[in-house]
Amino acid sequence: MYSNAYIFRFAAIMVITVAAVLATVATVLKPFQEKNKKIEKIQEILAAAEIKSTKADAIQTYEKHLVKELMVNFDGDVVSEYQDGEILKGDKRAFNVNMKTLKNRLKEYKAGKTEQSPHLPVFILDKQNEQLYVIPIRGKGLWGPVWGNIALQSDLKTIKGATFDHKGETPGLGAEINTDWFEDQFKGKKIFEDGKFTSIRVVKGGIENSPVDAIHGVDGISGGTITSNGVDQMLETGLKNYLPFFNQVNPKLQQ
Amino acid sequence: MSDKKEREPLFSVKNRKLLSTPLNKENPITVQVLGICSALAITVKLEPSVVMALSVVAVMGVSNVVISVLRKAIPPRIRIIVQLTVIASLVVLVDEVLSAFMYDVSKQLSVFVGLIITNCIIMGRLEAFASSNKAWPSFLDGIGNAAGYGWILIVVGFFRELLGSGEVWGYPVMEWIGLYDIGYKDNGLMILPPMALIIVGVIIWIQRAKNRDLIEENQ
Repeated sequence: MYSNAYIFRFAAIMVITVAAVLATVATVLKPFQEKNKKIEKIQEILAAAEIKSTKADAIQTYEKHLVKELMVNFDGDVVSEYQDGEILKGDKRAFNVNMKTLKNRLKEYKAGKTEQSPHLPVFILDKQNEQLYVIPIRGKGLWGPVWGNIALQSDLKTIKGATFDHKGETPGLGAEINTDWFEDQFKGKKIFEDGKFTSIRVVKGGIENSPVDAIHGVDGISGGTITSNGVDQMLETGLKNYLPFFNQVNPKLQQ
Repeated sequence: MSDKKEREPLFSVKNRKLLSTPLNKENPITVQVLGICSALAITVKLEPSVVMALSVVAVMGVSNVVISVLRKAIPPRIRIIVQLTVIASLVVLVDEVLSAFMYDVSKQLSVFVGLIITNCIIMGRLEAFASSNKAWPSFLDGIGNAAGYGWILIVVGFFRELLGSGEVWGYPVMEWIGLYDIGYKDNGLMILPPMALIIVGVIIWIQRAKNRDLIEENQ
């Protein structure tokens, strides 16, 4: 029979050993994981702008195509600028913005809990002498967060490309948002109609059978309605924040 | 065992049985009906099914050995907690390693790697076998059961991907054959979890038709 003291000792040793092993492994593997995440983020931004890259050359490709990274506030003013490896204005790099923290701060700001408006990241990439504006957005799906990058052409009305990803949507259903057929639907769609912001609707049951104009909407995913709605919401709320910035860049947008 | 000094060969008949019976006669899914929940969740496509099967093989092999080695030191009153801690830490390890070196796959499996912890087969084998047997047989038993679980996953994943999305391992097989041109359509129902149960049911049916011992007597 085991005494209580033995049981406590056993439990304590076990817990400490397990904690030590896991902590060590987590620390050792962290640089690899962070590099994976960085490359993934770069590839998502590049893919939105339809620039091909592989895991190995992602960082170089990004540096080659990057015009600048901006941070803008809610009035559309540029508060930080990053170009050619150095920060020219402000103190932050748009690439390092944690979208999760940003989303929470946006929520607090809109609820009136904080005075200072959060700053929003914008990536300007050059592709065959066209400036593309890549806007990262984040929202929520069925099981967890969904996010994406929308690349706008220099008129800021037309979508050049879009990528989406998710933390844990159902494989084969909601998880389809990061497949080509879903993302490709966004190409060439317009987010403005006669100077008014329309966003892009993700329509259940197909865009053909809905009152939404086909240029402002895409087909939702059958079986993945809540995820589709999440993407729809994310596009609207995410892009709306950038409207003042869009208007500053292209004053003719509202006409 | 104590009076028998001679060492048992590594792959004796008994040990081979430990590996092979879970594949068929004592299959965790089709006979013991354990681990059904994850069989529904991750078998929509073939690739995650295969990686899931391999992860379970790794976790089960190692956890069975660990528990078996420690079996005399583990106080029976907290054995379930100890087993759970061992499984949970191994699963976290697998998850960390996948996200460092197989990032794409780890993203596909997402939460389901973590859910290996709750896979009843693993705790079931630790409790039923590893906690009262030596390390090597326990290891074989773990691998055998995980493989028994794994091949069902892979079969189900294969059919669900083929019939549901018309692909195998992401390759559009149905399109290559040209079935769509003659009016074939993917079966959307295959993507939904209930179809996994129906496929598992069909496997059970075939298995029992071939292996009459498994058929329970009517009461």
